[in-house]
Amino acid sequence: MRLTTLQKFLWAAVAVALVAMGAAFLLVDRSPEPIAQAAFRPTFSLPDAGGRLRTPADFEGKHLLVFFGFTNCPDICPTTLAEVAQVMDDLGDQAGEVQPLFISIDPERDREMGLAEYTEAFHPSILGLAGDAAQTRAAADSFRIYYEREANLEALDGYAMSHSPGLYLISPEGDWLGQFTYGTPASEIVADLQARL
Amino acid sequence: MKRIFTTLALIAAAGPALACETVTTGPLEVSRAWSRASIGTARPGVVYLTIRNSGTADDALMSITTPAADMPMLHQTVMTDGIASMPHAMEVPVPAGGQVALEPGGYHAMLMDLTQVLEEGETFPVTLTFSDAGEVTIPVTVQNIGASEPTCTSPDE
Repeated sequence: MRLTTLQKFLWAAVAVALVAMGAAFLLVDRSPEPIAQAAFRPTFSLPDAGGRLRTPADFEGKHLLVFFGFTNCPDICPTTLAEVAQVMDDLGDQAGEVQPLFISIDPERDREMGLAEYTEAFHPSILGLAGDAAQTRAAADSFRIYYEREANLEALDGYAMSHSPGLYLISPEGDWLGQFTYGTPASEIVADLQARL
Repeated sequence: MKRIFTTLALIAAAGPALACETVTTGPLEVSRAWSRASIGTARPGVVYLTIRNSGTADDALMSITTPAADMPMLHQTVMTDGIASMPHAMEVPVPAGGQVALEPGGYHAMLMDLTQVLEEGETFPVTLTFSDAGEVTIPVTVQNIGASEPTCTSPDE
């Protein structure tokens, strides 16, 4: 069998394509980042209502269910904390494996108004944390969440807060597992947790 | 016989908690008014309720007053790109032939400067002023601080 010039050219093109594909495959195969870099581990270092500094290491072995909010919030914050309380009740015996945290984004005012009495009113298991401005910003940045103090002359003390209102789930090893957006029913959160515990 | 009386007494006791009052003004019907217990009076309280408009003209809730708070106001929780903010609502539209709910995560009445602690199980009056239908007063049931919906049923249920 004799190959025409065109056929030789085509076979050469096939060979080049195969080599290119192989190279691309190898390159793609090597592209994933090392696991240590890929894991997302939000962190915080914030005092609780009693002044004791808390970090994720304090809750080793437990899943963390984290909410950023403020106690002077009439709608979303009570609704979400009520949902967390429902989740903790519904978890029953497994509730001890989950630590709900309420991280204040309005820490100065929340400490004045009483952080512990607020969180305990919803569920005794919820731990409130309120740091200074820098600690709070660092925690929010670490979780990649947004909050802002907005001037509002009608609001109490002349300002209101806008914020990301999701519930964030952190593994016992400190890894980010995901978020439950505002309004996720407690039953869905319970089912998700039960599958993990 | 004694059991029947006990049962009747229980039904009577449970009654008020199961049915929120419904009030009307013109073609508007207001129901399912509830609030959450407060811790002291420093933090704002909230009022949620449902307004049904059986008329043929749109109306709007313009303002509220209550002896329970010096500065009650209408707000709307708004979610934009996952960020919740709570701008003042100038009015809450009540469309003709439709209904609007003041409910968690949406429109709500925020009670600033509470004049009294809102105790679970108690009620307090709130007067609503509508653009066309005028004023109407409804008793608001204070539920647990962890409540997320009214324990009473709507007129249809």
